[in-house]
Amino acid sequence: MAPNFGYEDLTNLIRLMTGDEKHEASAHSTLDVVWVLYDSVLRVNAASLEDPMRDRLVISKGHGPMALYAVLAAKGMIPIDELVAYGRYDSALGWHPDRLRIGAIEVSSGSLGHGLAIAVGIAYGLRLCRLLTPRVFCLLGDGELDEGSVHETIALAGRLHLDNLTAVVIDNESATYGWPGGIARRFEVEGWRGVTVDGHDHQQLAKALDRDESLRGGSPRVVVCELARADLRPNSINKVWES
Amino acid sequence: MENQNQSMREAFHSAVEKWLAADPSGVVVLADISVAAMSHLNERYPGRLLNVGIREQAAIGVAAGLNLCGLHPLVHTYAPFLIERPLEMIKDDLFHQGLRATLVSIGASYDEPGYGRTHQCPEDIALLDSLGGSCDVFVPGNPDEVAPLLACALGSRSVSYLRLSVAVNRSPVRNAGTTMVEVTSGRHGVVIAVGPMLDAVLDASRDMDLTVLYATTIRPFDASTLRAVAGPMPEVMIVEPSLTGTSSSLVEMVLQNVPHRVGALGVGDVDLHRYGTREEHDVAHGLDAPGLARSFRSFFGS
Repeated sequence: MAPNFGYEDLTNLIRLMTGDEKHEASAHSTLDVVWVLYDSVLRVNAASLEDPMRDRLVISKGHGPMALYAVLAAKGMIPIDELVAYGRYDSALGWHPDRLRIGAIEVSSGSLGHGLAIAVGIAYGLRLCRLLTPRVFCLLGDGELDEGSVHETIALAGRLHLDNLTAVVIDNESATYGWPGGIARRFEVEGWRGVTVDGHDHQQLAKALDRDESLRGGSPRVVVCELARADLRPNSINKVWES
Repeated sequence: MENQNQSMREAFHSAVEKWLAADPSGVVVLADISVAAMSHLNERYPGRLLNVGIREQAAIGVAAGLNLCGLHPLVHTYAPFLIERPLEMIKDDLFHQGLRATLVSIGASYDEPGYGRTHQCPEDIALLDSLGGSCDVFVPGNPDEVAPLLACALGSRSVSYLRLSVAVNRSPVRNAGTTMVEVTSGRHGVVIAVGPMLDAVLDASRDMDLTVLYATTIRPFDASTLRAVAGPMPEVMIVEPSLTGTSSSLVEMVLQNVPHRVGALGVGDVDLHRYGTREEHDVAHGLDAPGLARSFRSFFGS
């Protein structure tokens, strides 16, 4: 039986975890989108983690996993008790998620720029296995788009017409040099269909992430979730001599 | 012998075709290398030959995703672009996730020296070792050994690496596989010849009364065959087509409980800034028969 937790319980669940001050802002940036994904989009639950027909969420941006862990606990996919041990030596819940420690995690992450290629492999593999129902979602951050490996994969996924794949980009303007012209555009020129939404608005998120929506048009889809600029302003030292 | 004039690369292509026919979970991931030679496979096995373009980081990530779907990915490209370019992907996407993939390279240490250092990869096996995961490594020395060793690599439970080369021995060794084969036996010491080094080792040791072991599987290292021939105070020299000392720590580990001497020959100065031929590079690294003979005499003292 999944515990009966709602969105309003997530704050308290997050409070059970401590010790990852550095990633706190990021943790909250993903809270709404991760909640909407598990609450109303993904066809996966504690009983279907081994089911080939389940939807997959690849967390590429593994930073700040407290929001993710809180949502998984709220949905009964990890034990609530585990939250208090967050980050401890023997805990299953690290500062980056580990698939070999948590059944609900599809892909271990932490290093930026890995998840989208893995998600493309899953999406391609599902198609090869004629499993046409499952959808693959991949959560990225706007800063992560600095990694060249992401751009290798954006182009590849577009060319492969992987319409079972949706990239979800959290845009809290944390990329040091930014993305003039917008993030969705960078996917669209490679053959993706893009939509940009308010990353806190559950209705907009649910509509944009809709499973049926993802299949229309024979191309992968990107949902850019705009958020307020991250507090942690990164390394824009070069602006000094640019100005 | 199936075909005397077949290269390792050609032997690999036909072995892959048989694998795709036999194992419906097999998927080949290419990065623009060998595409022309293998593209016909996509007609017979639609979708199971995936060329990602010149995107080696994506190739490894995609392989990880394929394996997460229960498919068996084989990633094939030129050695430095298979191992060095996406090394962190091999670490995080394959080893750390606990996944299975077969990596197959061409180019070896300096198969085409005209291309210079960027296309040379004597350090490939050492780099895979440095990631600390368990990676099975196969180094065939003759085209006829490619198919059986590919089968071993594909049977591996974790990440496996098959290192193809233009450099080959004149003939295949019978029973070459996961255990070392004793090619000659002698009283003055043991030489382990890895893959394509065998011919030069045999030429160099002809009058030296040495035991020559031939190794085509170097991870896991065949400890029992070495122990069986080592004797009470073994003197062992390992000759590898890769970075000097690639496997010498494993030889040391096998012999750690007996007094012993271990010598290692391989590719030393990796960046010669020279072109020319493979044979000229063999001479430069002392891996030609006269160079090996000098090293053997100095090490074994005969």
